[in-house]
Amino acid sequence: MSLLCETPSLSRRAMLMTGGALFAWAFLPRFARADNRDPRLIVIVLRGALDGLSTVGPVGDPDYAGLHGDIALSLSGANPALPLDGFFAVNPAMPVFARLFKSGQAAVVHAAATGYRDRSHFDGQDVLESGLPGPGNAATGWLNRALANLPAGDRITKAGGLAVGPSTPLVIRGAAPVLGWAPQALPTPGDALAERVLDLYNHRDPVLAAALQKGLDADRMAMGDQLDGKAMKPKGGLDNAAGMRQSAQGAARLMAADDGPRIAALAFDGWDTHVNEGGATGRLANLLGGLDGAFEEFEQGLGARWKDTAVVAITEFGRTARINGTVGTDHGTGTVVLLAGGAIKGGRVIADWPGLKPAQLYEQRDLAPTSDVRAVLKGLLADQFGLSAAVLGDKVFPESATVKPMRDLVV
Amino acid sequence: MAAPVSNPVPPDKALVALNRFGLGARPGDELGKVAADPRGYLKAELKQQDIALIPPDDPRNAGLLDSTAAIQASMAAAMERKTARDEKAAAAMQPTAAADPAGPAETKPKPSVPRVEADIYRDEAQARFDKALAATPGFVERLVGFWSNHFCVSAAKAPVVRASAGAFEREAIRPFVLGRFADMLLAVEHHPTMLFYLDNQQSIGPDSRAGKRRGRGLNENLAREILELHTLGVGSGYVQADVTSFAGMLTGWTMAGREGRLGEPGTFVFNANTHQPGGAMLLGKAYPGAGMGQAEAALNDIARHPATAQHIATKLARHFIADDPPPQSVARLASVFTKSDGDLRAMALALIDMPEAWSTPLAKLRSPFDYVVALRRAIGPSAGNEPQRSLRWLAVSGEPLWQPPGPNGFPDRADAWASAEGMKTRLDIAWQAARQADDIGNPNDMLASLIGTSVSAETSQAISRAESKQQGLALLLMAPEFQRR
Repeated sequence: MSLLCETPSLSRRAMLMTGGALFAWAFLPRFARADNRDPRLIVIVLRGALDGLSTVGPVGDPDYAGLHGDIALSLSGANPALPLDGFFAVNPAMPVFARLFKSGQAAVVHAAATGYRDRSHFDGQDVLESGLPGPGNAATGWLNRALANLPAGDRITKAGGLAVGPSTPLVIRGAAPVLGWAPQALPTPGDALAERVLDLYNHRDPVLAAALQKGLDADRMAMGDQLDGKAMKPKGGLDNAAGMRQSAQGAARLMAADDGPRIAALAFDGWDTHVNEGGATGRLANLLGGLDGAFEEFEQGLGARWKDTAVVAITEFGRTARINGTVGTDHGTGTVVLLAGGAIKGGRVIADWPGLKPAQLYEQRDLAPTSDVRAVLKGLLADQFGLSAAVLGDKVFPESATVKPMRDLVV
Repeated sequence: MAAPVSNPVPPDKALVALNRFGLGARPGDELGKVAADPRGYLKAELKQQDIALIPPDDPRNAGLLDSTAAIQASMAAAMERKTARDEKAAAAMQPTAAADPAGPAETKPKPSVPRVEADIYRDEAQARFDKALAATPGFVERLVGFWSNHFCVSAAKAPVVRASAGAFEREAIRPFVLGRFADMLLAVEHHPTMLFYLDNQQSIGPDSRAGKRRGRGLNENLAREILELHTLGVGSGYVQADVTSFAGMLTGWTMAGREGRLGEPGTFVFNANTHQPGGAMLLGKAYPGAGMGQAEAALNDIARHPATAQHIATKLARHFIADDPPPQSVARLASVFTKSDGDLRAMALALIDMPEAWSTPLAKLRSPFDYVVALRRAIGPSAGNEPQRSLRWLAVSGEPLWQPPGPNGFPDRADAWASAEGMKTRLDIAWQAARQADDIGNPNDMLASLIGTSVSAETSQAISRAESKQQGLALLLMAPEFQRR
């Protein structure tokens, strides 16, 4: 059975959470607005800390190649990066993003970070998704609070949010109603988790290591003759390209409906590239290919709605500017925010570039943050949905009044 | 099979109590308190009134049927299914009703016959999971699982077993897990579900009235499994003549049928018409012909046989201590069994007091049921559709609930579960559970509250370096400290 032919169906959990709101949509009047704009916002959380310098490489910075070593992007060689402007180039695994950028429908905010400066994934993700000034006590997410602060009766509020995946990402958890949808498949973990468990077993429990290795090998052999991503056994793990594409496709189909949700959150895993990260090809490039596929699925699946859509991909922090001893990168600070969609005023890399000389790096190791991720998100929420700076600085991102919304991100 | 490389010896006392004996820690359990008096912690559970029973006053269990009602419901459903099949077959023989304007009502499709047995089975599974999830620390539920596997029936045998497997456990196992072995044995072999599962309703004494009339004879299945699996153990000295003779004694032990000729349908009845008359020998002892009392007397004797003591002691030590248990631990349990007249509470206490239980490395692997329960205890309620999700996990792990491959039950050795497919499946389960858990705390904190200070540096590091809470939780659920017991 091909999942590509499958119509997304909402999970039982979704129905419980919304009290049957999905069915209620059918009785609402068709939406219409004077300016004919019908904005949508899709938030993709990249868990594990994305290496911004390998996603959008500052190929014009003289210190970049030296720091990022063998995995640095380059405009020459077998797999040249795709130039965005005279200074930055995007990983060649992302041709869709490059095309959107050229047509003014994608942008990059570089050297960005949340307000969180330690390097714990769990805490960093809490801060990123909760929108709170620090970690701890995170029960609701900023996207849900944004939804809750829209005027009651607004068509965006009525349609509720959409959470893609078997669990609801923190970013969209909260009081406002949220529908859940997940590809109908037993989630199979991607290679990232399997490798970590194997590594642990190799150190602690060789008997279990041998058994698990055999089981994984058998699984791979069974799938070996179906390497084409579309034909592959569906994977719900979302730390692999096929799963990312598949979940975006389902979400786009639900959001394209006139009465479908306008706001959605997805979480993709696997970005914690400590070992053998790869550059233009390899592990990170495979994941970026999945993210690029998700952009493509949204562009195609949203059809006429794409022009009013903003997709934003965010991560908890970046990675070290200098590669480590295992041809990967460790937890860092500044990274990229990727924006795509017909609503995005694109074709721009927005960066107050801090430079990569030792003294310019944050704590002599990370890309120094010069933009606040919250400013980007606030700008999107303000321009797409009309939320005021006061609400954004108090309710949506508490205690962030000093972080001004980044304006003019939207057409 | 080889033990994990660097298992701490002696193992952490809290983990012995919670994992070797219990069903695993929950985030609220205080490992420090458990470690301070682990034996007292385990014994406290044994002291609770009716601790092994599914509480009937709990409204969640109000809908559970006793075995008689469950079997009758299954019998009725079987009749409905048969009627529906017959009507369908008859309809297929008729010319199409659509051509007949007078009879359009007959062309309506019949509503499909409900799967009564599957519904009952699901409710029973739910009750078993509820009990296991709430137990502190679950040593008694582990004993229930042990005895239920020792005296197993299989839902795959027939719908009537699927419908009554849960009731069988509640009626014949649970009341006796802290009682007398002989009482459990008698309850099990009298139970209609067991008699049906091991074909005893088909066994007819050749010299009985029914046997002479119908020219039919013995089915040795139940007699053989009682001797080989339930009591003495294979190779303990009984011979084929004992099996044949014992099968004769057991003739007439059956389940009353749907028509109710012998008694209330679905209940145990002794059918004198099929009972092999006269005295019989078993293990060199003569049992005079006395109807149902003859086999009861034999069961009471073999329940107290030294081979039975050795068999039960070995299995309990294998389950709770090690695949190849220290011989002195088996000897001590066998001695307690004999001296206490098969008092299973005394056996449970002997296990708790056994030094080997606290000194042997935690090298066994949790069975799939214990793994799924431990996992659900660790994460708490989640979005999964229960009990279907857990039942599916058990099925793909090779331990479908109340459905072992044969009357010898599921295996109880680590290498049976640490298979390639088995471990890959556990990885899938851990990942699914972690992804469906909505509110995951900090995995480092979960590690501290579930495994505690004896955790290996590698496990601790792997979890703290996880790239997401979901991955950290999955790693915790896959860690050797979580898999081994």
